[in-house]
Amino acid sequence: MRLVRAGRIVADQYVRVLDDAPIPEGVPVIVPAARFLADAEEILRREASTGVLWPNNRRIAELAPHLDRLALVALEFPNFKDGRGYSQARLLREQYGFHGELRATGNVLRDQFLFLFRAGFDAFEVVKDADAAVFAESVARYSVFYQPAGDRRIPALRARLQHPRTFATCERV
Amino acid sequence: MYLYDDLDRTLVTERAAEFRDQVARRLSGELTEDEFKPLRLMNGIYLQLHAYMLRIAIPYGSLSSDQMRTLAHVARRYDRNYGHFTTRQNIQFNWIKLAELPDAMDDLARAGLHGMQTSGNCVRNITTDQWAGVAPDEIEDPRVWAEILRQHLTLHPEFSFLPRKFKIAVTAAAHDRAAIRVHDIGLRLHRNGAGEVGFEVVVGGGLGRTPFIGKTIKPFLPKRDVLSYVEAVLRTYNQFGRRDNIYKARIKILVHDLGAEAFAKEVDAEWQPIKDGPLALDPAVVAAVAGHFRYPGYETLSDNPPELAKARASDRRFGTWFANSVTNHKAPGYAIVTLSLKPEGGPPGDATAEQMDAIADLADRYSFGEIRVGHEQNLVLPHVAQRDLPAVWRALEALGLATPNIGLVSDIIACPGLDYCSLANTRSIPVAQELTRRFRDLDLAQSLGRLHINISGCINACGHHHVGHIGLLGVEKNGEEVFQVTIGGQADENAVLGTLIGPAVPYAQVADVVEDIVEAYLELRTRPDEIFLETVKRVGVEPFRERVYATR
Repeated sequence: MRLVRAGRIVADQYVRVLDDAPIPEGVPVIVPAARFLADAEEILRREASTGVLWPNNRRIAELAPHLDRLALVALEFPNFKDGRGYSQARLLREQYGFHGELRATGNVLRDQFLFLFRAGFDAFEVVKDADAAVFAESVARYSVFYQPAGDRRIPALRARLQHPRTFATCERV
Repeated sequence: MYLYDDLDRTLVTERAAEFRDQVARRLSGELTEDEFKPLRLMNGIYLQLHAYMLRIAIPYGSLSSDQMRTLAHVARRYDRNYGHFTTRQNIQFNWIKLAELPDAMDDLARAGLHGMQTSGNCVRNITTDQWAGVAPDEIEDPRVWAEILRQHLTLHPEFSFLPRKFKIAVTAAAHDRAAIRVHDIGLRLHRNGAGEVGFEVVVGGGLGRTPFIGKTIKPFLPKRDVLSYVEAVLRTYNQFGRRDNIYKARIKILVHDLGAEAFAKEVDAEWQPIKDGPLALDPAVVAAVAGHFRYPGYETLSDNPPELAKARASDRRFGTWFANSVTNHKAPGYAIVTLSLKPEGGPPGDATAEQMDAIADLADRYSFGEIRVGHEQNLVLPHVAQRDLPAVWRALEALGLATPNIGLVSDIIACPGLDYCSLANTRSIPVAQELTRRFRDLDLAQSLGRLHINISGCINACGHHHVGHIGLLGVEKNGEEVFQVTIGGQADENAVLGTLIGPAVPYAQVADVVEDIVEAYLELRTRPDEIFLETVKRVGVEPFRERVYATR
């Protein structure tokens, strides 16, 4: 596994804490959702940053009251086909205004990078080293986007209005 | 016709390049078949019984003549010289080689064509009335909305990994030719009491193993809200649709389990926070998309010109074809012409490369370079001057595309079945072929009137058998191919599922059973213009059941 953040492979500063293990002092931790919710005040009182690993079958709204004190939310992608985390990510970024690290974890592969990035993720626990190495070129593969999303790029419908002459139609399709 | 601009073209080209890279990684072994599968599915590539199949998107069934020539080229260069038009207005090629697929995609991309989202658990091709833009009974052109939705939902970062596939259809006409009530989302443009045009939103329709007619969750949605509302429906489905069982993963199951009212409430909760955000459509955006559509410069003509009147009076065969395959156009002096892809003995929906090229030439000469694909698996020349109809008919006759059976008993909708499909339990094309032979007598077919037969070779219902006037569903029983027979289904604004008439019948007897049903109808109808559906509604299935099973 390689962690990609801000487009580069970096060392992971966070320690994953399991449900029944003690929470270490002084280091950033990622805590499972149920444990966090059971003891949120205690956990947030620590000196170091707190992250939460949120399951993809639990309403993200439950986490909303704590977001301003969380440094990180990790969302799960158990397999390529399970896309619930994309909706959770966009809700976190666009509706709840979460500005911390939004991390994709699980079976994260190259061909998901751009979707994840556009949904608002900025950190990726990438399964294959070879995929992590091509992160930058993978998210740069497309230059045209039709819809507004978490990455705030200008979608085509708007771009056409702003620069109508640049995008002249071709008479013969 | 929608004309691509630099943005649209760039996206399709970038997609083709990405796909070339994915195929290279598969061929080198970097990707396993399991890893490659969702990637190829996102580009319309299935692994069928004998080969890879490529399904190409034809957004809302609209093709330019040059695009049709490109499809002919793909058929010739990469396949076995033919293609198969589908019930979702797409085309598929059945004999593609994996190593050649990237080249085929490049050739398609140059014509603005692609296989994006024609398979996989994403939003599929958005379909509409094949007569959109030319039908006299529509309140506006639904393709503008289909195109806005197409763009918004193409490579959508949130909705590309849904629980299951997702189909949207749009209609703007009084008569629903797009079958919107059997789609995941059906949108019907209509005018409300205040005279404003907006959408009725229908969700949770669908066929397959658990058929449902869709439920209206929003009787009137202002146009500006269509993207945000569809986004809210998809967001609700993406989060809460079932993923534990592929057979219960479609939105229809979620709508059914929650109940339409509770589902609508969930959607509303997702919708309120986003409805006034960036997805609210201002009229300038809609106008920009509408501005990409080119409409023909029609001549000022009058209806029923002398050339047409003369041909109708002097040539009975032309008259028969005209009465059957030609429809009123909204511009005076023009007509909509349907090309039958259901010749006697032919597989429904197939066209050869030569036919495609010839159709492209006819479109250039007589239909402002435009062709449509209908969900009944026929093609349409949407803008033919009525004075040209005799010439167009002669050309279509020579191509085998003028069988005057549109909407009749031999205009059969069928899935590919066991001849191609890895999911099928039974053959369906040979059943359709046999039925076209049994009903080859066009006078008989005419006298039967409107009668739709739909055939599916398995419970996934790609042949839409539930909504066939006569529906045939192939299932396997003790290693034998047998068919369940339903009657009375329909897919239009009065959509209803057919009723099973009795126990399944063996493959070899299916055509006999259909003949029995048709004979029973002829005896039961009270007047020649009472169509089959009306007779079934009036007398119920019992008399048909008795007829079919009395001697079996």
